[in-house]
Amino acid sequence: MIKIENLHKRFGKNQVLKGVDLDISEGGIFAILGPNGSGKTTLIKCILGMVIPDKGEMLIESKSIRKSWKYRQQIDYLPQIANFPPNLTVSELIRMIKDLRNKPAEEELLIKSFQLEPFLDKKLSSLSGGTKQKVNLLLTLMFDSPLIILDEPTSGLDPIALLHLKELIQKEKTNGKTILVTSHIMSFVEEMADEIVFLLEGKVYFKGDISTLKEKTQKESFELAIANVLKENNA
Amino acid sequence: MLKILKYSFYDLIRSRWSYVYLLFYLLLGFVLLFLNNDLSKAVITLMNVIIILVPLIGTIFGVMYYYNSKEFTELLLAQPIKRSSIFIGQYLGVALSLSMSLIIGLGLPFVFYGLFQSNTIWEFSLLLITGTFLTLIFTALAFNIALYNQNKIKGFSYAILLWLFLAVIYDGLFLMSLIIFESYPLDKFSIGATLFNPIDLSRILILLKLDISALMGYTGAVFQKFFGTNQGVVLAIVALLIWVFLPTYNIHRKSKKKDF
Repeated sequence: MIKIENLHKRFGKNQVLKGVDLDISEGGIFAILGPNGSGKTTLIKCILGMVIPDKGEMLIESKSIRKSWKYRQQIDYLPQIANFPPNLTVSELIRMIKDLRNKPAEEELLIKSFQLEPFLDKKLSSLSGGTKQKVNLLLTLMFDSPLIILDEPTSGLDPIALLHLKELIQKEKTNGKTILVTSHIMSFVEEMADEIVFLLEGKVYFKGDISTLKEKTQKESFELAIANVLKENNA
Repeated sequence: MLKILKYSFYDLIRSRWSYVYLLFYLLLGFVLLFLNNDLSKAVITLMNVIIILVPLIGTIFGVMYYYNSKEFTELLLAQPIKRSSIFIGQYLGVALSLSMSLIIGLGLPFVFYGLFQSNTIWEFSLLLITGTFLTLIFTALAFNIALYNQNKIKGFSYAILLWLFLAVIYDGLFLMSLIIFESYPLDKFSIGATLFNPIDLSRILILLKLDISALMGYTGAVFQKFFGTNQGVVLAIVALLIWVFLPTYNIHRKSKKKDF
């Protein structure tokens, strides 16, 4: 699905990605983990074409994505911070994104499960942070694309919405989609992810399933295993 | 691109500031007409206001819109849309909604006053055309500044400085150089210097058309002497077009390379 070779990116003096090699197969949930500033968001933004890498090759379904934009038809992306045009209402925004993507979407079910009906005619500037995040999720998940990228999907959600989100992600997985997630909430990652990609100082430190990581670090729990990796590397 | 333009435009014409801007021009138009009772004098007063105010508003709105819609831009960037379409679309959305406020706000009072029966209709349309040009130019410059500056405060300051420079300081420097080098022939220098400032260019364009030599000043007179009225008008318009094209092209160029 995604193939990344020797990816480098530098922002000013700060070398963020130092040769990332990554091969993500089709289908399943992949969690991208790493301490703050390890390059998670930069990596995701490279895949989306929002950050232009200095060096390296990226292929999605065996096609290079450099200088191209049509491949984004196949990606649904949830950004970390949801901020929308303040003068639009929720339903207008939904219509607009649908119009921009020119693709059929199923928003009805999502509106119901996130209980967004009372907010549809409200302006986006009047919504609370959690509701904005729900709208954000709705805009991402209403399309039917083979690759879904979620940057901190859990932030600001109440427990019920979180439950729905987990169900939704599982459903997408059973539909055979590839899902990339970043999160700082380890229990969420442990529950959801089939495989984790651990970034450290701009490189892939570990890629594999959670039990392999536990074995490698000889720790009982996932959280401790991650903490151990971080301690050993002074990160 | 047209879709982005459409949405930016809708977003803006629904914001409070567009109405404040529109109301301001409505008020200005009505007040000027009823205090002056003379259409061509009102046009001159309006020119002086437009030439300073339109660039200021264009610059501020442009920078403000860019920074305020930053997260939304990021959402758009992840959609299957060409990058340059996003920014050019947003730019045109801002510039066109501002131009619309200007045209409607000034147009209505003049229409009520009986513009269509008077001879000043061409001068008046020229005024609106220059106003639109200035909006397009300064919004594009503002977008350029915003694209190059991640920091909001810095971007704002540069934008205001640019306006201050072109609207006020430039003229001062220009005048000073004329005084210092008065013993040299300065015709070519002053024409060149005028072409490099869209505000001066607009002023001369309107004054040439109004044919008021007393207000034209040195550059205006040189312009007229050099090119004659008609050729001068054409040259000024071509120069303004270049002023629109270059910053817009740079938005296109820079937006392709930028990281978000």
